[in-house]
Amino acid sequence: MMYLEQFSYLLASVLFILSLKMLGSAKTARKGMQYAMFGMALAIVITLIISGIVGPTQIIIGMVVGGLIGGVVAKRIEMTSMPQMVALFNGFGGVASTLVAYSEYIRFTGTEAMDVNITVILSLFIGTVTLTGSLIAYAKLQGLLPGRPLVLPMHQILNLLLMLGAIGFGVMNVMEPSVQMWALLIIGVAAIFGVTFVIPIGGADMPVVIALLNSYSGLAASATGFVLSNNVLIIAGALVGASGLILTQLMCDAMNRSLFNVLFGAVGTDDSTGEAGAPGGGEQKTVMRYTAEDAAMIMDTVQSVIIVPGYGLAVAQAQHVLHEMDQLLTARGIDVKYAIHPVAGRMPGHMNVLLAEANVPYDVLYEMDDINDEFQNTDVALIIGANDVVNPSARTKKDSPLYGMPILNVDYARTVMFVKRSMGAGFAGEANPLFFDDKTMMVFGDAKAVITGLVKALKADE
Amino acid sequence: MESLIVSIYVFTLAVFIGFELITKVPPLLHTPLMSGSNAISGITVVGALLAANSDNWELSTILGVFAIAFAMINVIGGFMVTDRMLGMFKKDKKTEQGA
Repeated sequence: MMYLEQFSYLLASVLFILSLKMLGSAKTARKGMQYAMFGMALAIVITLIISGIVGPTQIIIGMVVGGLIGGVVAKRIEMTSMPQMVALFNGFGGVASTLVAYSEYIRFTGTEAMDVNITVILSLFIGTVTLTGSLIAYAKLQGLLPGRPLVLPMHQILNLLLMLGAIGFGVMNVMEPSVQMWALLIIGVAAIFGVTFVIPIGGADMPVVIALLNSYSGLAASATGFVLSNNVLIIAGALVGASGLILTQLMCDAMNRSLFNVLFGAVGTDDSTGEAGAPGGGEQKTVMRYTAEDAAMIMDTVQSVIIVPGYGLAVAQAQHVLHEMDQLLTARGIDVKYAIHPVAGRMPGHMNVLLAEANVPYDVLYEMDDINDEFQNTDVALIIGANDVVNPSARTKKDSPLYGMPILNVDYARTVMFVKRSMGAGFAGEANPLFFDDKTMMVFGDAKAVITGLVKALKADE
Repeated sequence: MESLIVSIYVFTLAVFIGFELITKVPPLLHTPLMSGSNAISGITVVGALLAANSDNWELSTILGVFAIAFAMINVIGGFMVTDRMLGMFKKDKKTEQGA
């Protein structure tokens, strides 16, 4: 029976690995996830059977309650709210690990060897940091807390003290495993550290933080696996840990920031985005204002359009009408593509999901590196609700906070159209010189209203 | 101590496999990747089931039951929302026929 259990866990681990491999392509991704589901079901069922624990009602209750909550959330959640959901789920993963580790700890207090004790401490610490850190990230994304960085006096010293405290209590716990107070103190310190760790990070940097906490939730599961000497937990947790870490690195690269700078730099303005981004320099520059009808007229003469969507598009819920527009343009024989910057949206890959929800086929969505050379041969770059990711200052202006960030080369297109609510600067607070360029058309207004106007004008033309 | 060493082996190798696989996931699928990892990290439910397995209502049992519930939110919610998302990704029909 022991072998059946171990082989089932091995099979589950293989299925998880296969599912991640199949996520390498949009064609196989859905099937791959079904492999993972099967692996999970197998691991759960085998655990229930082998341990002879089909009996106790509390287990059934726990599974049903958790499953129902998860199911309802998954059905109801809006795609724009995916970052919040992932943040919250990261936290749930963390708290589950803490609870299991603590449960093991009090069951075997004092009887376990030192190495088990160390893994318990790690599990308690990582799990709790993941929980409170994720709750803060959730609150920031949901708007329950202000998005701007909240820095306490002597913040870094406080963090350092908390870390030292955790290590100190950990050592005490190893020396006196039977004293529960040490374990509780570790949890307490970890809970505070989770908060002080995330709270100084600005709303615009939340994609990095969710990815990092995603990694932690995996590590927490792994740590629990260490406590129980259970390999499927260790493997699944390690896979998730690696995944979160890679995404964290990709997000940092896309903003040209180091992880250290994101975590401790306290960069960023209020995420409601100020209107304060007045153009720099003394000279009075003017922008050319156009209407949706003007924009539609331009579309009469062009052959290629690249659409650059930003989060403003999603805020205005304009994805569906945008897709209607791209279909109208395509019907006229215009080549329409979408250029997706890695930090478009509020979590890794978010913009792709928002567009997929609006039925935009994924083969017209292009990554930055794949499309950047095409702008120079493109008639119109249509930028909707994005700013920093197309700001040429990132290339040239050395003192700009954006300097060095990889951007979409929209300024190489023959005509640049901005659909924007206002002249406001982006998250970075850096004015965009492209607004004042001769080939730039500014169409001010709510993205949905403007695109709807464009669609109307295009239809009237036919 | 020996089992700890084995655990470290398994962990280290799994991290390397993870790095290899995840670097091949296109940015297009990064959000489903994250929600999918939420679901996979729900594997803690296995540990939670063992922790809750007792006929006595001790504190350790109660903690285990709560752990089951939280982990199951991740498992069911994570898989369902990932599947829902991946179902939205469609290829352009025209190019499919053209190819």
